Amino acid sequence: MLLNEMLLLGAVLFCIGVYGVLARRNGVLVLMSIELILNAVNINLVAFGAFHDTVQGQIFALFVITVAAAEVGIGLAIVLLLYRNRRSIDLDQVDLMKG
Amino acid sequence: MIAEHVAFGIIAAVMVAAAVRVVTTRDIMHAALYLVIVLAGVAALFLLVGAEFTGITQVLIYIGAVIVLFLFGIMLTRSDFDQDEETDHKRKFPAILTALLLLAVMVGALVDRFTDVKLDANLPGGQVPQTTAQVSDELFSQYIVPFEAVSVLLLAALIGAIVIARREEGG
Amino acid sequence: MLSAIAAAESTGKAVAASGWFLENAWLIWLFPAVSFLLILLFGKRFPRGGSEIGIAAVGASFVFGLITAIQWISEVEGAGGGGAEGEYAAGAGGLVAAAEGEASGGVGALTRSITWLTNGAEAIGAGIMIDGLAVMMIFVVTVVSLLVHIYSTDYVAGDRRYTHFFAFLSLFTASMLFFVTASTTLQMLVGWELVGVCSFVLIGHWWEEKDNSDAALKAFFTNRVGDMGIIIGVSILFFGAGTFDVIGVNEAAINGTMSHTVTLAAALCLTAAVMSKSGQFFLHTWLPDAMAGPTPVSALIHAATMVVAGIFMVARLYGVFFEGYAIGGSSINLLALIGGVTTLVGATLAFVQNDIKRVLAYSTVSQLGYMVLALGVGAWTAALFHLFTHAFFKACLFLGSGSVSHAVHSFDMKKDMGGLRQHMPHTYRTFMIGTVALAGLPILSGFWSKDEILVGTGGWGLFGGTGGNGAYTVMLAMGMITAALTGAYMTRVVYLTFFGEFRGHGTPHESGPRITVPLWILGGLAVVAGFINFPAGFQLVPASWEEKFLQWVEPVGVSYFPAIKHATPSWTLAIVSVIVAFIGIGAAYYYYFVRVRAVSPAATELPDGPTTRSAVARLGHRILVNKYYLDWLYTTVIVGFVKGPLARAAYWTNQNVIDRVVNEAGTRSVQAGEIVYHKVDQLVVDGIVNATGKISDSSGEELRRIQTGKVQQYAAIMFAAATILAGIFIIVI
Repeated sequence: MLLNEMLLLGAVLFCIGVYGVLARRNGVLVLMSIELILNAVNINLVAFGAFHDTVQGQIFALFVITVAAAEVGIGLAIVLLLYRNRRSIDLDQVDLMKG
Repeated sequence: MIAEHVAFGIIAAVMVAAAVRVVTTRDIMHAALYLVIVLAGVAALFLLVGAEFTGITQVLIYIGAVIVLFLFGIMLTRSDFDQDEETDHKRKFPAILTALLLLAVMVGALVDRFTDVKLDANLPGGQVPQTTAQVSDELFSQYIVPFEAVSVLLLAALIGAIVIARREEGG
Repeated sequence: MLSAIAAAESTGKAVAASGWFLENAWLIWLFPAVSFLLILLFGKRFPRGGSEIGIAAVGASFVFGLITAIQWISEVEGAGGGGAEGEYAAGAGGLVAAAEGEASGGVGALTRSITWLTNGAEAIGAGIMIDGLAVMMIFVVTVVSLLVHIYSTDYVAGDRRYTHFFAFLSLFTASMLFFVTASTTLQMLVGWELVGVCSFVLIGHWWEEKDNSDAALKAFFTNRVGDMGIIIGVSILFFGAGTFDVIGVNEAAINGTMSHTVTLAAALCLTAAVMSKSGQFFLHTWLPDAMAGPTPVSALIHAATMVVAGIFMVARLYGVFFEGYAIGGSSINLLALIGGVTTLVGATLAFVQNDIKRVLAYSTVSQLGYMVLALGVGAWTAALFHLFTHAFFKACLFLGSGSVSHAVHSFDMKKDMGGLRQHMPHTYRTFMIGTVALAGLPILSGFWSKDEILVGTGGWGLFGGTGGNGAYTVMLAMGMITAALTGAYMTRVVYLTFFGEFRGHGTPHESGPRITVPLWILGGLAVVAGFINFPAGFQLVPASWEEKFLQWVEPVGVSYFPAIKHATPSWTLAIVSVIVAFIGIGAAYYYYFVRVRAVSPAATELPDGPTTRSAVARLGHRILVNKYYLDWLYTTVIVGFVKGPLARAAYWTNQNVIDRVVNEAGTRSVQAGEIVYHKVDQLVVDGIVNATGKISDSSGEELRRIQTGKVQQYAAIMFAAATILAGIFIIVI
């Protein structure tokens, strides 16, 4: 199997995720897109780990999975709070930093 | 060898298609279900390259826990289950442009550097699965400190999520 | 830690058995550091909210510092007679250069260090470096800190963050002591940043009011500008000298191991750091705003200790500055110029402030300028002597202003003060001592140190002195003018605060003993501090009492200190400078005590003063009130420009200038002929003009639209930019 197959798949998933993060207005959907990005990274980590014949790639992927779980927990809590305060999770309305 | 390529091709195609649906579908519930497919595909890929433990973990944590969290999030925040709320920005062009630009750069770099590099090039005796035992040995010796740090992070996230999402008294 | 240091101790030549306190001087900063943690963790459980821990710790530091000073002095005095006896070096890992104390007759610094971390082949040490300079700074910091602690128990009593306040006072004291005893530039950097953080926290102690938190942020950000300087400077010095060791760096600068270019570059970077931390023109703007903090903090941090960190740094790395700026034999250099300009700017700005603390803050800026000026002209000892005396009289003045505000609940001299002489006799008397010392009148401390700086400029050829490092005549003139200004603005403060008629509400009362006792101690020190450095050759006192400060503090004949010359003082100069100060005081006295008082006892200015009569005076007044427009420059011009006034300006020009011109032209062309008017002017010229305006207007609108506040658009821009950069990176590699 070629290394590049995995890496290119990772790149494609990453870009889809980036598109999702940028184009979605719904907070939950943005979080899902972030999960796509993180999974793309995991694919890369595992692929390179296998390429170098070490388990370190896997270990880092495991850490990423753990951190992603924490991130989703916090992220959804924030979205929930947003919804409770504004009755909507439309990120376009979150513009307190408007200049 | 051919079988591996074919399997990879099928999985990859399904994953990309599902991923595209995740970021384009207008129904949030559908997006979550498509995300399941992508995550399962990732787990299958891990198994394909011999990363068994990570693959299983992927299934357990992502499909088992994260998706459930998402479903809860969706249910708690859906406004009256109506579909007319806009899920996307009106102007998608900048997002598309950025993503394509990023893809071009990454693909260019990867093709330039890694063309025809075999994944198992270093292993003369074919692919040796990286066993769970190896993973645990590494994780609990060399990476014990990060491991502990991550467990503290999880605890912090747990408490943080409760604090953030807790309903105020009388609110 | 104790065992680590004991293990790292090499035999060295320990001189006297009495050197224990010298060798364990790290304990001095350890006490308040431990106290910080204790107060933070357990402070609230103590009956006095943790303040007793802080006072005990700083008291212990003070005692240790005092014994250390005594031991140091006995070393120096002993070395004067016994020759090489005073040399000793102790250190580990070959970090401490072997050269110290090698030169004959001098007493080298005592350094003790442990290997802090090893990076490749480079071992980075950490430790203490105790010499006269460090001992002097320890004394100043512990004395002022102890008195401020005691003062604060009354001043911030009942504050909701009482414990927190004392915790950070402890941390500040520990950081400052750590900074002044540091043996490596890296440690100095750590201490430098730590005191900055403490300053930030304490300025913003009452952060609920936006002004206070703004002031804290301003102080922090302005200091960050200079912090970049010290980081870069320390790095340059490391690459130039190959070591972080203070002694090694100085030696490399002095004996030419570092090229002059490198030394100059490092000196320039470090000067930027001095400008921010020690409030030098044009980064001084944070210091007056920092007065938003509690008054004890202003006295301790923003008058006596932290702001002199820059002075200390220059003095510590004087080899670098002396060689980098080629101070010897020149007549002007950047350091002296910055100091000179600052001292003038600070003194002039002090005139127009109505807030008593702000006057003192600008006065501090001015006096810090004096010290930098002194360092710039090579008068090392004079600069540190002034630091020493200034710490006492300025702390006394600040605490006095705090005592006043405690009584009248305000800092505004014109609205809420006046006539406090009868109500607050202790505060009045100590304030007067501080004022006279600051104005530099004999025989109080400020006179001796200020005069020594003026002597050190070497620019007094016409007053019959010799032997300076160069001929800094300009600096002498700046110093003289400041001497007059200082006397004048302090007279104004004294009149507005203590004389005339009380303008506030209620009846002010003298503060309690926990406020007045520190005031009297500082006042006493302000009187006597000058006596430890009688100039030589005047037969004022027995010869064995002369120039003690110089003898104790200045390292002589050691390899890490440049060979500076000492100017010979003269009667003429001393008399002239006193006369100049009296002229300033006299002018202000005439204005306030005679003419203003003649108007009414409650008056604060003449109704037809110079600002109402003379346009020049009015202009000057306006410039001063606006602080030379520096804040305006920073916030409006530099920050505001980013927000896109360009388009607005163009639009305004279009509306008011070009359009008017066009209209004028239009009126004329009516006379020339309606056809021409309609065809040419309306369609072509106006069209072009309007188009220009519209384009600039809409481009401004477009630019503004980027600031949508929508995080995703920011993310899109960030991703796109990162992608483009990555692409460039890939192509280039």
